[in-house]
Amino acid sequence: MKTIVKSLLAPRKYFMQGNIACAEGALAAGCRYYAGYPITPSSEIMEHMSIRLPEVGGVFMQMEDEIASICSMIGASWAGAKVMTATSGPGFSLMLEGIGYAVMTETPCVIVDVQRAGPATGQATKPAQGDVMQARWGAHGDHRIIALSPWSVQEMYDLTIKAFNFSEKYRVPTILLADEVVAHLKESFVVKPEIEIYNRDKTLTETPFGTQEEDGVPPMPCFGQGAQLLVTGSTHNEYGIRKVADPDVQERLVTRLCKKIDNHKKDICLTERYFTDNAEYLFVAYGISARSSYAVVSELRESQINAGLLRYITIWPFDEETLKECALEAKVIFVPEMNQGQLVLEIMRILPHQKVIPIPKTRGEAIYPSDIIKVFRKYHE
Amino acid sequence: MKIPEIFEFIRVDERLPHILCPGCGIGSAMNAMVRAIIESGLKNDDVCVVSGIGCSSRIPGYIDADTFHTLHGRAIPSATGVKLAHPELEVIVIAGDGDLLAIGGNHFIHAARRNLDMTVILINNFNYGMTGGQASPTTPQGKYAKTAPYGWTERNFDACAIAQASGAVFVARSTTYHVTHLRTLIKQAIKKKGFALVEVISQCPTLYGRLNRMGDAVKMLEYFRDNTISISQIKDPKEAEGKIVIGVLHDVEAPEYYETYKEIIRRAQAQKHHV
Ligand SMILES: Cc1ncc(C[n+]2csc(CCOP(=O)(O)OP(=O)(O)O)c2C)c(N)n1
Repeated sequence: MKTIVKSLLAPRKYFMQGNIACAEGALAAGCRYYAGYPITPSSEIMEHMSIRLPEVGGVFMQMEDEIASICSMIGASWAGAKVMTATSGPGFSLMLEGIGYAVMTETPCVIVDVQRAGPATGQATKPAQGDVMQARWGAHGDHRIIALSPWSVQEMYDLTIKAFNFSEKYRVPTILLADEVVAHLKESFVVKPEIEIYNRDKTLTETPFGTQEEDGVPPMPCFGQGAQLLVTGSTHNEYGIRKVADPDVQERLVTRLCKKIDNHKKDICLTERYFTDNAEYLFVAYGISARSSYAVVSELRESQINAGLLRYITIWPFDEETLKECALEAKVIFVPEMNQGQLVLEIMRILPHQKVIPIPKTRGEAIYPSDIIKVFRKYHE
Repeated sequence: MKIPEIFEFIRVDERLPHILCPGCGIGSAMNAMVRAIIESGLKNDDVCVVSGIGCSSRIPGYIDADTFHTLHGRAIPSATGVKLAHPELEVIVIAGDGDLLAIGGNHFIHAARRNLDMTVILINNFNYGMTGGQASPTTPQGKYAKTAPYGWTERNFDACAIAQASGAVFVARSTTYHVTHLRTLIKQAIKKKGFALVEVISQCPTLYGRLNRMGDAVKMLEYFRDNTISISQIKDPKEAEGKIVIGVLHDVEAPEYYETYKEIIRRAQAQKHHV
């Protein structure tokens, strides 16, 4: 249920690190349980939660590993709390089985992945955007998640709140796919007097795992409410009863888990367009790469070059329609990313007849406007 | 106790008949658990039964209370979240030896160390039942399993000793032969504030029993009857050699985790706020 609440922080301008803004966003959204395991570059979120959660009567847990972290937060979510964990690449990999469980049991939870350069331990303190596909496809089995990508400290706050709202509304794990740059960036951001939050529907129901509609989200009573819930990660019917040998139940469940996201893309998919109308050179980017792209596009516009930027705020589910619209007149589409080319694969799939040029960077550095311009020059006569 | 009472805690709908093999000990453990819950004065809405994956972990599905069938090995961390977000719930974990001590071993020791209030019932059948009888951390050296065709080379864990060393405040052991005894122990564990472990030595006649030529379920139960010794009867440690020691092995007082955390909340709220 949507409601307007007063911000937890006094409304004004703050100068903060992205990670701290993220933690404050979580508290504002109503997060009252955090479980995590320290990992650079996300640890400030955890440290801040350890200070602030007891102040608001919530519980902070440092668990023995990331697997315990995600499982305990799923447990707390079923016991009625709004929950979050934060991690980075190696820890995110460990959480995948838990994410799949949260998808299957339709457990609202927020996972912050502050991406760093991998694979493996990689460059622990350096930025990257290498987990885009892992976030989407990492958990086994056919499934959907929601992933949001912030490009500023303001969005570390705002999108964390949004992540909670989506997660509660659609009963789906929602990933804030940040990167080291936005996480450690310090800049000012604004806390408004009021924010919109979404509290899950806890109506007692016989069928907390099914709806009449093929894309519905059932109410979610929690433990201790008298619902005598059967929560299982095995294939189950609308009552929660295991039905692992029934093909119809499996098909109906998996279809709904996917369609409840796919059919609500209009609500979930957030993008921003800058000069995309009739853009000949379209830049498609997200997170900190979008910020560098914005600088590039502004510069090109000043030189009368018809360039535009389509910024993906929601990465998953991916908004195909907006991409097609913005790319209508585009001669070249550039996709700068701090990886060897991940989201660009999606764009190439959607625009098979257009020139799509990846601009990858995997040096453990932010992608700079100069990196982007260099590639652009090759395609601009 | 009258039999029908236990049906108030059992889902008799589509869930039955159950999946357990004939002669399996898990049903006896479940029976003892349900009776212990009832005798503790708990109602259906007061309890949350949490499990991982395995034969033992299928028990919550038959219990008419809030039940949480989680991932393999992850019952304890999942239960930790439930308890901390809803401390009034009586949280009971039921787990197999592979689930609790192999894949979930790290969670087990850390939960004991933390001493959050929960009751853990370990059903030790000396092998991985659900996946077909492979060796587990409790398979004794030299015994046979599907992955130990020449005899198991590794030594086995003593779950009770680990729990005690890790900080559990209540540790007890019984067998599926000693059902009344087992029920009393589970009741004590539920009553205990803090991390309590009850290990149930159980028969898996279909796999471990067959692979080790231990005979049918009755033979295995007779083995438990004839090879156990109560801790209170041991005068010389030699008497316990080669025997299954049953009874309350460890019972101490220590601050419970959430009680301590409540004090943190009180202190933090007195001095806020940190932005
Ligand atoms: C991550 C993961 N690994 C492996 C499995 C397969 N698996 C299911 S149950 C089980 C072992 C069960 O043995 P135990 O915990 O001793 O319980 P029992 O079945 O004997 O009661 C295994 C390995 C799984 N479900 N998940």
